[in-house]
Amino acid sequence: MGKTISEKILSHASGKDAYAGDIVVARIDAAMMHDGMAQLVINAFREMDGKTLWDPNRVAIVIDHVAPSAYEAFSKVHKMMRMFAFKHNAKFYEVGSGVCHQLMIESGLVHPGGVVVGSDSHTCTYGALGAFATGIGSTEMAAVLLSGKLWFKVPETIKVLIEGRLPPMVFPKDVILKIVGTIKAYGATYKAIEFKGSTVKSMNVEGKLTLTNMTVEMGAKTGIIELDEKTYAFLKALGYREIKGFTSDEDAEYSDSIKFDVSDLEPQISCPHAVDNVKAVKEVEGKKIDQVFIGSCTNGRLYDLRIAAKIMKGKHAKKGVRVIVTPASRKVYREAVKEGLIDIFLDFGCAVCNPGCGPCAGAHQGILAPGERCISTSNRNFKARMGSPEAEIYLASPATAAASAVIGEITDPRRFLKEG
Amino acid sequence: MLGPGKVWKFGDDVNTDYIIAGKYKLSITDLDELSRHAMETLMPDFSKKVKKGDFIVAGRNFGCGSSREQAPLVLKHLEISAVIAKSFARIFYRNAVNIGLPVIECADVDKIEEGDILEADIQRGYVKNVTKMETYRIKPLPSEIQEILLEGGLVKYVKKHGRLPWQ
Repeated sequence: MGKTISEKILSHASGKDAYAGDIVVARIDAAMMHDGMAQLVINAFREMDGKTLWDPNRVAIVIDHVAPSAYEAFSKVHKMMRMFAFKHNAKFYEVGSGVCHQLMIESGLVHPGGVVVGSDSHTCTYGALGAFATGIGSTEMAAVLLSGKLWFKVPETIKVLIEGRLPPMVFPKDVILKIVGTIKAYGATYKAIEFKGSTVKSMNVEGKLTLTNMTVEMGAKTGIIELDEKTYAFLKALGYREIKGFTSDEDAEYSDSIKFDVSDLEPQISCPHAVDNVKAVKEVEGKKIDQVFIGSCTNGRLYDLRIAAKIMKGKHAKKGVRVIVTPASRKVYREAVKEGLIDIFLDFGCAVCNPGCGPCAGAHQGILAPGERCISTSNRNFKARMGSPEAEIYLASPATAAASAVIGEITDPRRFLKEG
Repeated sequence: MLGPGKVWKFGDDVNTDYIIAGKYKLSITDLDELSRHAMETLMPDFSKKVKKGDFIVAGRNFGCGSSREQAPLVLKHLEISAVIAKSFARIFYRNAVNIGLPVIECADVDKIEEGDILEADIQRGYVKNVTKMETYRIKPLPSEIQEILLEGGLVKYVKKHGRLPWQ
């Protein structure tokens, strides 16, 4: 019987002929932990009598959630992380390096066909590179640091086939929001989502990363896309030598298959207070906004910043609206400077913040007051996620966020078609 | 046996931000202090109302969202007997097992009301509603998972056995 990519990767990593439903112990190719969980990981590692990391070269330790630290309690966590990373010679990413998932993508640690775990639910992002990547908790991360192995239930896979050419001002974020709104927050629990189809093939790697990033919002264990020419070229440019991924067999068994034709897709927006509460932007147009956030592991890459800058160029944010731009990594930031995007943001009146998670997780750099409304390119809009429980968060593409910043209201970006 | 304890009832898709918000998780590292904010977005005084041995009963997809282990940790710290739900999000489920917070999948949660008194037994596979004099079957846990849970979590398992369950 044929296998899906996930079944092939977990078979390879466990040395077993594994199919969906089997429990396997897999070799881990890379592990990532960040400051939101580090204290728990390090404490569990010590309690389990951990002396050395199984392979320091495969362990990334990132300060991104509260970076720079806004609280003394977190300064202590950061201090603990530095000491741990230096003592064990792990790869360490200091304040200002970027958001952990973008750093993992740039780090060379994520190989197509590999198994990657991270102490963050959006670890599923790396599936865009053809890896089996999933989020785990801190105690399990400590166990991985000790052993380099972890048990997995091999997931069933939902095939999501995306066909059609995206209309102007409609982007991968709109596609994934449409999919989340259809499959719902519980619809892919414990499963892998494999994206296929001509639309996926035509997307650049940054767009593919936006798709896989949000698979956890449907409960998925991972989102995965088989290696194609664009991804191959992307990895080659990053300095990868042996690039060899797995592909699903023709006769692989999928638990479900869902087709989306995106050729008529309109800009989408996720409305309060659940990610799967998705509507067309035009349905909620006109709602006044107070804050705009452009960034995060979903939409903080160069491609995203270019889209926002195209709309913002030569304009200024509406009075009373604050715009926070957080490039996903130092590399992204530098390229955005070189391309003149940061100049456009500064002219627009944006607060351009250091690379990291920014206000997405509600720690710092953009906490919402009661009654405020934020449009964000990030991935979660749960009540109180970014501050007050009486604030509202809308999730949309960088184009919709930028257009809304210009008008001061939730705005369909197709009003700026000439800029597109 | 778990309980007896009173039921606190919640709906579907209770995410980890609702169990413990990021603004607290990313500013407070003391578990006593952090636990005071458990479930705050959904029930502002939850940590004051809840008593040792009480149960959380919820609908489908409990614990969706982030991988924060602080979510099951605050519930365990408040000495919740178990979370009983129609289904769980996968990372929350694994985290709960790994820290020794019992998680029980039960199809009959709609029959349970807030304030009911429950008892539960994972090994024997039932939830007993003392108030309504009903007994519900639960989805049995795989033996590997039950073993970690009964030892009180992964750290305690390693301390006792000197190895990880998969080694």
